[in-house]
Amino acid sequence: MSALLSTRALSKSFGGLRAVHEVDFDLAPGEIRALIGPNGAGKTTFVSMLIGRVAPTSGSIAFDGRDITRLPAHARVALGMAYTFQITSVFARLEVAENVALAARRRLGRDRAAVARESAAALDRVGLGAHAGALPGDLSYGHQRLLELAMGLAQRPRLLILDEPTQGLADSEIEAFKVLIRDLAGETTILLIEHNMGVVMELAHRITVLNFGEVLAEGSPAEIHASAAVQTAYLGTGADA
Amino acid sequence: MTARVLALHGGLIAVLLALHFLLPAYHHGNLARVMVLACYAIGYNVLFGYTGLLSLGHAMFFAAGMYGMGLPLHFLGIGAELAFLAGLLSAAALALVVGLLALRTAGVAFMIVTLMFSEAVYLTILLAGKWTRGDEGVVLERAERVFFGLDLSDPDIRYLAALALFALCLFLTLWLVRQPAGRVLIAIRENDERARLLGYDIFRHKLAAVVISGTISGAAGAAYGLLFGYVGATFAEVQYSIFPLLWVLLGGAGTIIGPFFGVLFMFYLIDLSSGITSAYMLIAGIALVLLTLFAPQGLAGELRRRRMRWLP
Repeated sequence: MSALLSTRALSKSFGGLRAVHEVDFDLAPGEIRALIGPNGAGKTTFVSMLIGRVAPTSGSIAFDGRDITRLPAHARVALGMAYTFQITSVFARLEVAENVALAARRRLGRDRAAVARESAAALDRVGLGAHAGALPGDLSYGHQRLLELAMGLAQRPRLLILDEPTQGLADSEIEAFKVLIRDLAGETTILLIEHNMGVVMELAHRITVLNFGEVLAEGSPAEIHASAAVQTAYLGTGADA
Repeated sequence: MTARVLALHGGLIAVLLALHFLLPAYHHGNLARVMVLACYAIGYNVLFGYTGLLSLGHAMFFAAGMYGMGLPLHFLGIGAELAFLAGLLSAAALALVVGLLALRTAGVAFMIVTLMFSEAVYLTILLAGKWTRGDEGVVLERAERVFFGLDLSDPDIRYLAALALFALCLFLTLWLVRQPAGRVLIAIRENDERARLLGYDIFRHKLAAVVISGTISGAAGAAYGLLFGYVGATFAEVQYSIFPLLWVLLGGAGTIIGPFFGVLFMFYLIDLSSGITSAYMLIAGIALVLLTLFAPQGLAGELRRRRMRWLP
């Protein structure tokens, strides 16, 4: 099976700091992949390069067989990639329904009925249906995270990149999130940056561990769980495994 | 479009039409002027109020419309109809070029770049004094100001022409901000990085906003020249870039109806206070400070915040 997304020798340096170094990465269609690693391992820099927020220093990115290394972010989204922000980034002064409608409208255009239907469906799916008329600024932090997710869903992406989606969610909300992601698994490919190991172990088909900007390990949850190198990196007692 | 939105904006046009028959000559003339300037403010508001881009150089678009209309009309005798079209095209072309260059910057840099371009346009008008007659300007003869058989120097026709243009600009922008593309402009104003990552081409949308804004401003400039018979470099000076910003701030940025009330308010503020004292700018200044303190979102913006959340 050919990869939906792949990177070759993808690198990013900020001045002298090698944030991401020569990462080869392949993501199969339909997969749920978790990207984990200690703080500062380069996870967010890596996915920022995937979506086009950050330009790589060197290396290449391909999506669905097409080289997208030089494509601007909006064009990558148009190809079917979607990204939810680590730090909640919604339109705080536009109604919740309009936030999601903006996400759906790029795909559906002027078809107002379809936009309304898709927006309502996405909001219902994350459990925000009752808040459609509210302003995001008035929602709790957890609900704003869910709104981010709904904006991702409304785009019907082929690849959904979620940057720490469960951060700030209550336990009950995390349970609902897990159900939602499992439910999505048949529809789209998911790349998940996540700190909550419970979520990672339960959801991910495969896990990639980044450390100091390089791929430290990659494998099934069980393999990663057993890996001595990963244990060492997370314990922080020297990472040159 | 919901009924109350239509009723409100249609109602304003109806009131202005009724005032045509009711107002004494002095105020009748003032209101014609206010309506044309309100078109300018509406154009400015598309970029500032709806897209979130603060330009300090919109006088160049107003002037491009005015001179693009006035010079061919006066020197080539192409007739008012074609001249008006030439004014629109001049403003649109200038906006396209300025947009392509200035939109490489953002924030304060965008303000400075637009200001500089506008100064360049002003100086060009002065340098081309052989045709533009610089500060002195060009007076358009009554015979030149016949638009589809209508004598625009006649006060009644002038008022109705100003009203027609104002209604057109008002409903055009009302339509625009309810279109998918208009909603994207608002999204860009609110959070442009988010809008980009929803897959919208931010640069293209901003460029379109600059061109629409510049063209409406140019239409106002061309109409001002035709209706009041004068084309002068004053209108390209920096204060004519500041005015629309003030009008829109006073009236309510990002509201369709606000720019008109901003122009009306400021026009009569200066008119009334200059009747009381020669230090009329002091009174105007104090009123502006008070309004900024107590209604920071402008007249229509405050109305929307307090009781009319549906106000477009």
